[in-house]
Formats: sequence, C-alpha cells, structure tokens
Amino acid sequence: MIEHLPALMIAVPLFGAFVAPLLKKKGSAPAVWAMIITGVTLGMALLLVREVLAQGMMVYVFGADSPHLVLPSGYRVPIRIIFEVDAIGAFMALSATLMSFIGAMYSYSHVRNETGLEKYYALLLLLEVGILGMVLTGDLFNLFVFLEIAGIAGSALVGFRNYRGEASEAGIKYLIVSAVASLMVLFSIGLLYGQYGNLNIAYLSTQIGFNTVDIIALGILFTSFAMKCGSVPTHHWVPDAYTEVPSGINPTLLVATYASLYALFRVSFSLFGKVSSGMSSVGWIMCVLGVLTMFIGVTMALVQKDVKRLMSYHAISQTGYMLLGVGVGLAVLNDPAKLAAFGRDAMAGGIFHIINHIIYKSLLLMTAGALFYVTGTRNLNEMGGLARKMPYTTIAFIVGAAAISGIPPFNGFASKFLIYETSYQLSPIFAIFAMVTSVLTLASFVKVFASAFLGPPVKKYEEVTEVPRSMVVAMLILAALCLLFGLFPNVVLDKLVYPAVDALLKLGSYQTWGGIL
Amino acid sequence: MTWIESLTLNSPSGFWNPIVWLVFLVIFAIIGYLIYSRGNRSYKPNTDQVKPFLSGNKVEDVEEIRVRAGDIYWGFIEALKGYYDVLMRMHTGDVRDYILWYLGLGAIILFILVGGV
Repeated sequence: MIEHLPALMIAVPLFGAFVAPLLKKKGSAPAVWAMIITGVTLGMALLLVREVLAQGMMVYVFGADSPHLVLPSGYRVPIRIIFEVDAIGAFMALSATLMSFIGAMYSYSHVRNETGLEKYYALLLLLEVGILGMVLTGDLFNLFVFLEIAGIAGSALVGFRNYRGEASEAGIKYLIVSAVASLMVLFSIGLLYGQYGNLNIAYLSTQIGFNTVDIIALGILFTSFAMKCGSVPTHHWVPDAYTEVPSGINPTLLVATYASLYALFRVSFSLFGKVSSGMSSVGWIMCVLGVLTMFIGVTMALVQKDVKRLMSYHAISQTGYMLLGVGVGLAVLNDPAKLAAFGRDAMAGGIFHIINHIIYKSLLLMTAGALFYVTGTRNLNEMGGLARKMPYTTIAFIVGAAAISGIPPFNGFASKFLIYETSYQLSPIFAIFAMVTSVLTLASFVKVFASAFLGPPVKKYEEVTEVPRSMVVAMLILAALCLLFGLFPNVVLDKLVYPAVDALLKLGSYQTWGGIL
Repeated sequence: MTWIESLTLNSPSGFWNPIVWLVFLVIFAIIGYLIYSRGNRSYKPNTDQVKPFLSGNKVEDVEEIRVRAGDIYWGFIEALKGYYDVLMRMHTGDVRDYILWYLGLGAIILFILVGGV
C-alpha cells in the first residue's frame, strides 16, 4: 500500500472529481464528499511525508510490472512516466492537501447558496489533482500536463460565479495567461527533448550542458513559471483571479500558484543544478524579481479599497520573499562557503515562507470572504464596526494580519527573520527592501482593520451576525497553525523545511533515483 | 530536541525565541496597567462628559464622519503621486498587456543569460 502512495495521491482526488457530479441532486452531498476525499488525501500526504523523511526519495513507475522497475528490460534510459517524490515534493503535497481540505470545509457554508456545486467540488478536486501531479512528478511532459489540468480547473473556478461579469472576465484572463505560460513550457520541453531524447528530469539533469539551446529553454521555463507564480512584472492576473474566485478556493489556488514556484525551483536546482556556476545569474535575477515583486505588490495593496483585491496584492508581495530567499541560495550555489554560511538558511527562509504564507494568506482571504458573506460587499469604504458582530472573524483577521506583517510570535516572523538576515549578507539593499515591505504590509492591514472592523457601527449591518460554524472552524484552524508554526519554528524547520532544502541542494541523490541508476 | 530548543529559531548570526518576546509582553502589560491604574477616576462613560465638543456646533452622526478606507494614507499616496502614476499605467487590466509584459520579461532574461551579462 505504502509503495503505491504517489499514485494514490493522484488517483483518489481524481476518482473524487469524477464521482462529485453524480451527487448533483443530493443536497450537501458533494460538499461532504469533497471533505471526505480531501481529508483522505491529507492523511495520505502525511503518510507520504513520513515515508519520504524516513526512507528517502520514493520512486513510482506507472505501468511497470513493479512500481520500482525504472528501466524496462533492454533499455538504457527511462521511457515511462515516473513519479519521484523527495522531501520538497512531499512538503508541497502536504501543503496542497491541507489547504484543499480547509478550503472544502470553508466552502461547505460559504457557497451553499450557489448553484452548480457538484461542478464546484469536482473542479476543486481536479485542481488538487493538478497541483499534486506537478509536485510529485519526475517527468517534464507530465509536469506540463498537470500544469494544464491545474490551469483549466483554476480558471473555471475563478469564473465560477458566472452571473458576475468580473468573475467571467477574470476566469478568461487566468485561462489565457495559463495557456500562454504552459504552451511556452511545452515549447521549452520540446527544445530539451529534441537535444537529449528524454523527458525524465533526473535523467536530463545528468545529461544537460549549458549550450545556447539549453539556456533558451531555461529562460523560457523561468519566465513562464515566474508568470504563473505571480512575479512582477507578470503578476497582473493575480489580483483579478484571487479577488473573483470564491474564498473557499483561495487556499487551493494559492498552492497552485506556489506549485509553479516549486517548478521554478525544481528547474533551477534539479534540472540545471549540474551547471551551478552558470546559475548564479539566474539566482541574482530571482533576487531582483523578488525584491521588485515584494515592493510593487505591497505599494499597490496600500491603495486598494476592495478588501480581497488588497489581499491579492499582498499575495504577490509575499511571493517576492520566497523568490528572494531561494534566489539568495541559488546565487551562492557555486560558492560552498557562502552556501554553508547563509545560502542554505536563505533557502530555508524562502521555503518556510511558502507554507507560512499559504496558511496566513488563506486565513486572510477567508476573513475577506467572511466579510463579503455578511455584508454583501468587498468595498472597505462601506464597512465599519464589524468587530462587535463577528468576534471570531476579527480574531482570525488579527492573527493573519500580524503573521503576514512579520510580527512575532506568529509564523510569518520566523521565515522573514531568516530571509532578512541571509539576504543582508548577499546585499544589504535586499534586506532593507524586505523590511520596508513588512512595515508597509502592516500599514495596509491597519487600514483594513480600522475601516472594516473598528469605528462606529454602520446602520445597515445592525442585524449581521458571525459567519456559519464551518467557516469559523476553518479560519480558527489556520489561526492556530499561524501561532503553532510561529511558536515552534524549529520543529517545522527540522522536520519539513531543511529536508526540503537539502532535497533541492543534493542533486546527486535526486539523480540516482533512490540508488537505482 | 528539548522543548526550549523546539521554540528556538537559529539563524546564521543569532537566534530567536518567542519566550523572550512573551516576557517583554508581560513586562509591557504590567507597565501599561500601572499607567492605566493611575488614570482619572472621575471619568463616567455614557454621560455628556464623553460626547465630542465642536465649539458648540452640532455634531454629525458618527457614521457620517468616520474615516473611510479611501481616506487612510491619503498623504502618503499624494506624496508618492509620481510613483503611483507609473504603477497605475502599468496595471491596465488589458490581457494583451499581460502577454506583452511576459514577452518583455522573457526577452530581458534571455538577453542576460545568453549574453552572459
């Protein structure tokens, strides 16, 4: 059973997605079904993490007589679809399944009054399939296929409230951006396949040189994944998509975005890791994009009046921290002394920030969804005094806002602390931008808190009450995680983050496919 | 790993422990309480004493005079008007521009990588 976990991680939510439409006329059955499936997948992800951390990388070969039979008889290179699950893949899978479960739980009440819920939950599960496929596969073409699945499911969910013109527009924009990015990914995969005749990432990384065609492929892959993860200046689709998608989907859509970030890291460290001396420029590009992303994102957030749009710009801004942290590691990849001194810790900060951000940004977007649920508007100018009416949402918002602003003892501080210190050692300018961004983040969340939750009560909201229990529970779970990850950073770093960082850094063990090649 | 180690975050040049933060919080809370406890005891809530006084003018309904989100940081945004003008021009909302930005970024990255800058 355990050896089939990588395949089951895809098969279970895929099965769930196909069954969901059959529950069309069964009331809340599709919601309960989605919670069961995402819950089972979360359980499997925990098992997968435990297995990978204990036994090392898991290799799963589809269609082979034995799931570990990597090379068919008589062949010298792998030709089958192979899943290669190392610590970073398992880390991302855990993030994806956790957020899908929380999102399904929140959706139970949040979208109860919408129509077409069987499609909603089928798409949520398909989005989960797409993310899990991206982070577990060891095959470039497979990566493209799952990228497409996630892109199509995501765009359908962004446009789910099709009675809103803005939602349809955002969905189409997301679809176009996803299609352009993934087709360019396919084009660069073609460039690599044409040269090396293989699609397996580990195998390609042993063969790859750094000729002009390779560099062009790398440049296109970098740009495409940068656009998909919402890096400035290709971030424009993010506010549209995150604002219009139902809040229950926000957590999963966030992880889908970071699956592209994972792909960017995988390409930089695993696929092209062998040519580490040439990757220093890529690391610097990543750092500069990171700084631009965090600063432009936060300054755009500061002027927003739509609460979800404001938070969406913050999502862009926080992506900058991840790019900066991992970019610092990539910039010093060919310098063992600097890598040991601060590069590995910088990467730990960047990767720790992924899970921290997924937790607190999902929480914040859910609080925005809760505000919309009770007031029917996302316009901050029309809100006020809601803290008295929605105490749990207020507490959840305060925790999320403190975490995203890097205020201790919440989780955002722990990862930002590592990023500040380590990026300072590469260039003090980077650290200054990172800290100024945190101050501006706090400023914009003070604006949200003051205008939505504080102030005199607004007459038209006299009758509003706290949101339903399932939404409150989902928000409080995430708020608790913000505090736990902040109080026990060392546990998360030791058990999840540093193994993930080492999986990216130790290219040799990735290339050996668990010692088979 | 002991419980205190699990609370400690080590970085390349230092460490962080939330216990230290909590100790400071408690100290500041005590100081805050001491200041509060020396406050004016003649304060009476829900009386005319706490109503705003605007030189004898009629005070408008609080809902009408509250500070709205669009007004917060007005000065900051006004001071950075030039910067925001550029940013707003960048965010057209036109999907064709999104693709142009993608092509522009790709061209710059390829120029740096292929050109060996």
